Amino acid sequence: MDAALLSGAAMVTTTTRELRDLLAEVVDPEIPVLTIADLGILRDVKESPDGEVVVTITPTYSGCPAMDHLRSEIERVLHEHGRDRVQVLTTFQPAWTTDWMTAQAKDKLTEYGIAPPRSEATDPILCPRCSADASRLVSEFGATACKALRVCTSCGEPFDHFKEI
Amino acid sequence: MSHPLHRYLLRHADDNLILSQRLSEYISYAPELEEDLAVANIALDHLGVAMHLLEHAASLDAEGKTGDDLAFLRSEREFVNLLLVEQPNGDFAHIVTRQFFFDAYQAVLWPALAESRAEILAGIAAKAAKEAAYHLRHSTSWMIRLGDGTAESHARTQTAVDALWRYVDEMFESDELDAEMVAAGIGVNPTDLREAWEQQVSVTFAEATLARSGDDYQRRGGRDGFHTEHLGHLLGEMQWMQRSYPGQQW
Repeated sequence: MDAALLSGAAMVTTTTRELRDLLAEVVDPEIPVLTIADLGILRDVKESPDGEVVVTITPTYSGCPAMDHLRSEIERVLHEHGRDRVQVLTTFQPAWTTDWMTAQAKDKLTEYGIAPPRSEATDPILCPRCSADASRLVSEFGATACKALRVCTSCGEPFDHFKEI
Repeated sequence: MSHPLHRYLLRHADDNLILSQRLSEYISYAPELEEDLAVANIALDHLGVAMHLLEHAASLDAEGKTGDDLAFLRSEREFVNLLLVEQPNGDFAHIVTRQFFFDAYQAVLWPALAESRAEILAGIAAKAAKEAAYHLRHSTSWMIRLGDGTAESHARTQTAVDALWRYVDEMFESDELDAEMVAAGIGVNPTDLREAWEQQVSVTFAEATLARSGDDYQRRGGRDGFHTEHLGHLLGEMQWMQRSYPGQQW
């Protein structure tokens, strides 16, 4: 009940900037250490004078199954902050690229056990467990569309590599 | 007659939707776990492209239809996919060969469509181009492994090449709608894609020790809604839920 009152109070004061910061905390359901801001999925947050919030997101992969979930998460967060009229748009241009991933996001991925996408194709893919630059590709298609499966030939552990696109 | 861009989008949407459904049928049957994941991932990419194109196509018509309506409520004659993608899975060599032919086509199609003056199509194409590039890498590596593998894998792959070759020409045939889309700066002439496709096939076949089919018989009709008998069965399975329980939501 208190929470409802609080969110009611927040309604009066939350600015578009604050809404953006709130939405930036929505996490990717498949890689929960990363937020949609870390990934570059969240493209734009606008509020019209009549109070409608228009959020623009872009898919990482064409068939990314997380998009529906993200749309409903964005709506939920905005509803909790008193915004009843929400529109979530999908944009395809410019096409998402792993280059948009922040350095901080890449560090978080490594900590989580996923080798981050490289900035240059010639950079090494380091094992997230032992940091060795020694691995072989097992499959270009891992547990999700964005990851490839590799095995470290130094420590012997399998790991996911977030593919560069 | 519906909007020309609507009809143009349907062609590419249907290619991806039908191939996605075919690949999905194969999930859990692949020869190894990694390949099962790959098939599922590739099917998902094709499904995503189809979904975005269908939603865009639906938005161009005033009939108030959704992308889902276009996927689940059109009949066989209304589907305009290539005959290649509706062909049954057969053995693994058939699946790889069908995929390789189609990937080599889409790997040149999407970069060209990414330059389209139709902004949304260009955006979808730019993303699909990246996906088609790694699909092609994957199917090419399998063509080589199977073709240049054991006597058994070679024979099966050559059989698949011979069986599917009759669906190749259709990918590169140009009709009035293509011409209209090219003139509008929206589409590409499929015929112009053939040279790059042939190049990819020649290089891969040489390494895979495979030969082009000697049979020049060619089938066509998919773009006009005339299909092989296999599409009806595929649609029966894909559409039965929405047909039986109209409007059912997940």
